[in-house]
Amino acid sequence: VLLASVGNVLVWAVWIAAAFACLASAVAVVSFENPFYSALALIGNLGSLAVLYLLLSSEFVAAAQVLVYAGAVMVMFLFVIAYIGPRSDSPWAGGPSWQAVGGVLAAGALLVEIIVVIGLKAGDRLASAAEIRQAFGGPAQIGRLFLTDHLLAFEITSIVLLIAAIGGVILGSHSRRSANEVPPV
Amino acid sequence: MTAALMGPGIAWYLAVAGFLFATGTLGVLLRRNPLIVLLSLEIMLNGANLALIGFARQLGDANGQIFALAVMAVAASEVVVGLGLIVALNRKRVPLDVDQLSTLRG
Repeated sequence: VLLASVGNVLVWAVWIAAAFACLASAVAVVSFENPFYSALALIGNLGSLAVLYLLLSSEFVAAAQVLVYAGAVMVMFLFVIAYIGPRSDSPWAGGPSWQAVGGVLAAGALLVEIIVVIGLKAGDRLASAAEIRQAFGGPAQIGRLFLTDHLLAFEITSIVLLIAAIGGVILGSHSRRSANEVPPV
Repeated sequence: MTAALMGPGIAWYLAVAGFLFATGTLGVLLRRNPLIVLLSLEIMLNGANLALIGFARQLGDANGQIFALAVMAVAASEVVVGLGLIVALNRKRVPLDVDQLSTLRG
């Protein structure tokens, strides 16, 4: 019993650190002027989310999050930001405009809506989580589900990635050709 | 051998997910730089992913994790196309400001 309560306190401490890092870095992404710093803050956000996934015993998704998101996708982001060059725009430049006020109001309304809907629909059922087996969320279970129940989703995912790759190539080659035709202003 | 959920309940994870989604929405609505709009979209997708994984753990059902992995693949595709568009805009010397990008014609 003592061991279980010590483990509980430890999980709470890790959760508080990860959730605070997650929320703080999300606010930092939105509020930094320089997109380079925003991208670095998003890497912190993705890393702390991976910790939360681990606490939810989703080991495979946490590993994929770090490899795919914090690795591949964010390297691509940083590469493009470095290619374009630093240019900062302040989210609050020129005082609060009606667009900024509307954006804050819309985001706040969405947050209230999410909390109210989840509280009304699932509030009393969230008290106790299901008991899970040790293999829950491991690569073996995920792989078996992907190749049995979700085979169609798996194949569609590969087609989506292929189409995105082709689209990226077409976007890149098209802009290079038209840059030769039309002299830059 | 079974394991119970230690630490905070799923409602706490869902609160974090909702706050992430609202923060991402704020970024998409507020920022003018399309790069930061893309980064804020990633925050929104990750908020949805956290809710999916939280519910998967709550129900003891790994299908939600499959959904989260599919969302990750879609997010990677979206980043490829979005960054391709931004690089193409930059090559055409179009200002990187979503308020000035009012037409799709090259």
